[in-house]
Amino acid sequence: MEIPHTVTPRPDTGLYNAKLAIWLFLASEVMLFGGLFSAYVFLRMGADDGYWPHGLLDVPVGTLNTILLIISSVCVVLAWASLKMRRWRQYQLFLGSAVALGTVFLVIKLSYEWNDKFHHFGTFIKKEKWSQYDQYLGNDYLAKKGLAPRPEITGHLHEVEVKVAPEKKAQLETLIKDRGLEISKSEEDGKALSIKVKGPSDAEALRNEPGVTIEAFEMALDEMYANPTDPKYDRPGFWKRHLSEKVATIKAEDVDSWSAFVPKHSSFLAIYYAITGLHGLHILGGLVMFVYFLFFDRALYLRNPEHMANRIEVVGLYWHFVDLVWIFVFPVFYLL
Amino acid sequence: MATAATTHSHDHGHGHDDHHDLGFWQKYIFSQDHKVIGIQYGITGLAFLFLGFCLMMIMRWQLANPGVPVPFIGPALQKLFPAIFSSDPNNHPGMLTADGYNILGAMHGTIMVFFGVVPVAVAAFGNYVMPLQVGAPDMAFPKLNMASYWTFFVSCVIMLSSFFVAGGPAKSGWTSYPPLSVISDSGPNVHPFFNGQTIWLLGMVFNITGSLLGSINTIATCIQLRAPGMTWMRLPFFCWTQLVTAFLLLLAFPPLEAAGFMQLMDRAFGTSFFIPTGLMVGGHLTHWSGGGSPLLWQHLFWFLAHPEVYVLILPAIGMVGEIIANNTRKPLYGYKAMVGAIFVLGFLSFVVWAHHMYMTGMGAKVSGFFQTTTVMISIPSVILVTALLLSLWGGSIRFTTPMLFATTFLPMFGIGGLTGIPLAFNSTDLYLHDTYYVIGHFHYVVAPGTIFAIFAGVYYWYPKACGRMMNDVLGRIHFWFSIIFINGIFFPMFLQGIAGVHRRWYDGGLTYDPIIKPVLHWNNFMSVSAFLLGATQLIFIFNFFYSIFRGRRVPNDNPWDATTLEWDTPTPPGHGNFTKPITVYRGPYEYSVPGADKDFTPQSEPPKSDKPAAASTPALAH
Repeated sequence: MEIPHTVTPRPDTGLYNAKLAIWLFLASEVMLFGGLFSAYVFLRMGADDGYWPHGLLDVPVGTLNTILLIISSVCVVLAWASLKMRRWRQYQLFLGSAVALGTVFLVIKLSYEWNDKFHHFGTFIKKEKWSQYDQYLGNDYLAKKGLAPRPEITGHLHEVEVKVAPEKKAQLETLIKDRGLEISKSEEDGKALSIKVKGPSDAEALRNEPGVTIEAFEMALDEMYANPTDPKYDRPGFWKRHLSEKVATIKAEDVDSWSAFVPKHSSFLAIYYAITGLHGLHILGGLVMFVYFLFFDRALYLRNPEHMANRIEVVGLYWHFVDLVWIFVFPVFYLL
Repeated sequence: MATAATTHSHDHGHGHDDHHDLGFWQKYIFSQDHKVIGIQYGITGLAFLFLGFCLMMIMRWQLANPGVPVPFIGPALQKLFPAIFSSDPNNHPGMLTADGYNILGAMHGTIMVFFGVVPVAVAAFGNYVMPLQVGAPDMAFPKLNMASYWTFFVSCVIMLSSFFVAGGPAKSGWTSYPPLSVISDSGPNVHPFFNGQTIWLLGMVFNITGSLLGSINTIATCIQLRAPGMTWMRLPFFCWTQLVTAFLLLLAFPPLEAAGFMQLMDRAFGTSFFIPTGLMVGGHLTHWSGGGSPLLWQHLFWFLAHPEVYVLILPAIGMVGEIIANNTRKPLYGYKAMVGAIFVLGFLSFVVWAHHMYMTGMGAKVSGFFQTTTVMISIPSVILVTALLLSLWGGSIRFTTPMLFATTFLPMFGIGGLTGIPLAFNSTDLYLHDTYYVIGHFHYVVAPGTIFAIFAGVYYWYPKACGRMMNDVLGRIHFWFSIIFINGIFFPMFLQGIAGVHRRWYDGGLTYDPIIKPVLHWNNFMSVSAFLLGATQLIFIFNFFYSIFRGRRVPNDNPWDATTLEWDTPTPPGHGNFTKPITVYRGPYEYSVPGADKDFTPQSEPPKSDKPAAASTPALAH
């Protein structure tokens, strides 16, 4: 039994089966990402003034990743053209370049962009306490200029002050030892215990420890919060913002919610991780297919080179789509 | 020509050579043959229909006898499912708990829609019949076809496994509305990941993925693998319905998959896509970052779940169309109008979803828009039913068992459809929303509608798949009891609903007795009908298995004297389907053509005048 039109197009539709199928698949992908992007619109429209961050992501790095993906798309087209001309070596070169570029994209995304977020820390200040923290938030200044307020103070978490129930002390000490933390100021007559932490994940561990209450956070501020009334922070900037020297102590009782820049931090980061995560999985899927066609599909090329070229055409259409999704992700998350 | 095709079963054509060396596993379990996969889908789906029915029977027991332990099997049920049953005040085991009632309701809906009806009506018949009807050797992508079945199978295992985790399966309705669904199944006694709701989401993600793969395959097959001469207007109506259905699945399911991912993130990573700021649970502020919207879930969910209604009904209409044409011995009335109608229906089904959300306070303008589109969608629906009804006019009707089920579909679907109109209007829906009226409405569409069409399809195509007919006497008994009891269940729901009985009262409304007393007695009647309907299905199950071995052998490859291509194959068809090259010369329903030799002319029969020329078989283009 042979299925018709696996390689040659059907005359009345002008398509071979897989080409029709990939277009259908891409239509469903449009709806999948469409669902997520509509969630983005919904969440952003519903966000209170100031609760949708701007300029949180690193624009130059995002630009670099955009360029990488576009070049890789061009490489895939050239790989397909090489197969059409039956030039195997050239095909390997171009598809190999696409694999390399896609891999670099993923490495940047995960080990730099995501990783950086996981170590960043933010505390949403309760609305009624904004005035107490105005030296960091600058909300009076912003209100005067008619700009959206800043509800959150961000930076790198250094120390956490905790209170511990006497009977849970031993447990806390084991946790400190297990995670390799340091006590910077021990507990004296009712005052809190200060623990030096390596990152927000240690604070999460303390939050989940029964009998331990977090009293305050000591964090190195992002430069915007060190000097919040500087007009250059009125608008989101292009270049990455650095940490300042300034350290602030924030009382836990003044905080609505706090966490690292992980999905649960805010709606923005939740939808950011959902879309870029799903997009990253698509990149990974594309790379796996590329590697298969590059190293394990030579037999098909020798038997039926046209079929092989069709495969690259189909996977190329997929790759262009994944690229196109990024073309939407980039402005929506990095620029708007 | 057509009768010459009778003895193909022993005549192994070229297509049969390659399946001799397939072992048992590749032939029957991990098969790439669309017919085997269709049967796999069918049997899995029918098993789930039965399971969903059993869940419903326990619920109906509780509604008729609130707080009374389930008789006979109660103790065993409580041992197996401690999250669903407990002991009554007199310490008799097997009483359905309030949580348990919610669990059964949620799982009944999920299983019936996503694991029962769609796999049978769309995947089983779509896989088995559609490629045969278009004259294809198999689906366009046999391996992908196998992958979709096994993805679906994994989703079945995942969903069933949720019955055995601490806390029991999902209990937030088949719609899984947040915030309830996001905060349910959490706490110290349940696993943070392996709990009912999270498993439900995971199962749905797999189920959706399987559906997507299958729908791509269906569309590609229908467009690319049509036999030479099978032009669009010669395509059997059933294939059209499968094509439109596949497009609905392809485009409507992904947003729910996206929503499923987001709810999974809400549950597993603590995001708050669907949790509003400042949510209080049990008098305490919850620890969510907030900023999410429960309405977002409802939009994404109904963006799938409304087209899903048409996914349930379109293949049913397709099957009914095939069977009515065959048994009235005349062409379908208004074939082209029907094809047009299902396209309009398919398109409009994407813009009516928020009529499920009138109660959410979307605002009068949005409600007005969706009210208008919803009323518009009744136009193509009425075209379809009217065309089928007019197809009966003047036909010499054979009341075979499939025809009994198919004709019954028309008034039943009619009741289901017409009772939907008050729900389309904002003002009447505010009163009827979430009452038994709604339950009655959509069950009339799906149960005596789609499921009866499924029965019709099983009786009709069974001889092609098994080479034997199902027992006719048992079939007729099955039909008459089913039609009586199924109306006994669903018709009183309208009466109860109009009186105001809410769909989620787990004691059958006992607490509200003074208000709804006049309709409360129906609970007993409906439950008895349900149990009797369950008993009736045993006849079908017996008939189904008995006939595989003892049924009357088919007299020839075309026992119903049908015109479409699936009857040109040997019985049952081997791997590769057709033993001769197939060319199509005419439309799908050439019944009782004046001047023809017989009262049916198969699509593959060449026109008389140029018979010698057509005998030279045109090669299939590859």
